[in-house]
Amino acid sequence: MVRINGMEKDVSNMSLKEYLLTTDYNLTRIAVERNGNIVPKSQYDLTILNDGDTIEIVSFVGGG
Amino acid sequence: MKIPSENEMKKALYDRIGKEHQRKFEDTTVAVCGLGGLGSNIAISLARAGIGKLILIDFDKIDITNLNRQQYKFCQIGRYKTDALLENIKEISPYTKIQTHTVKLNENNYYTLLSPADIICEAFDAAEEKSKLVDFVMEKMADKYLVAASGMAGLGSANSIKTKKITNYFYLCGDGVSDVGNGDTLYSSRVMLCASHQAHTVLRIISEKFDI
Repeated sequence: MVRINGMEKDVSNMSLKEYLLTTDYNLTRIAVERNGNIVPKSQYDLTILNDGDTIEIVSFVGGG
Repeated sequence: MKIPSENEMKKALYDRIGKEHQRKFEDTTVAVCGLGGLGSNIAISLARAGIGKLILIDFDKIDITNLNRQQYKFCQIGRYKTDALLENIKEISPYTKIQTHTVKLNENNYYTLLSPADIICEAFDAAEEKSKLVDFVMEKMADKYLVAASGMAGLGSANSIKTKKITNYFYLCGDGVSDVGNGDTLYSSRVMLCASHQAHTVLRIISEKFDI
């Protein structure tokens, strides 16, 4: 199981990109933290989700 | 009015904050990326606190619609935000070292312009720009602290603006959801709350208070 934004999900062995494409996130407006580090967009398809990973997906909104 | 001497300005801060602590602020360089409602307020707060050097980056000019929330004056409409903010900060804190870059930040100049900074504040308007800068700094400039913002539009409660620590080097301020694109406008008071969260996080990082 992978813990994503506090919820346990059965997505081990998927790539981060494959997982993100199953969600409503706009990939150009997010940052993904995995086990304490930010995964850059160029690594989404190379990053395989492992059992026990903790992921936090941060969505950016406009305004500043 | 005579401009106070550098020693007088420093003594005023040393007397309140303590010399040793204040010296840490003086020795820090902070880059502010985007000089709108967030960036102009962050830069002024940091200058008042005695941060030694600010790097101010924005390509844009001041428009009449900026005056409801950004730290500029009507007489500065049409001028570059970098030039006007430098002038406004010098009136408050004449000895703060300021470097300005009147350019659009992108993948080609992030590294050159941001590498002199110890701490980087993301204060852009567009969500995609926020996302790109976070990725770049976290991947290519791993020794820098980054303090970003997301969600400060509208009349939501002041208490919903928060600082989150995402990694050891990345803090994110805002309510996370109030998008200016959803028809909500930006109010000076709420943008300043978020800018203050960012500026305060910078001061806490320098003071080695890394929790939130």
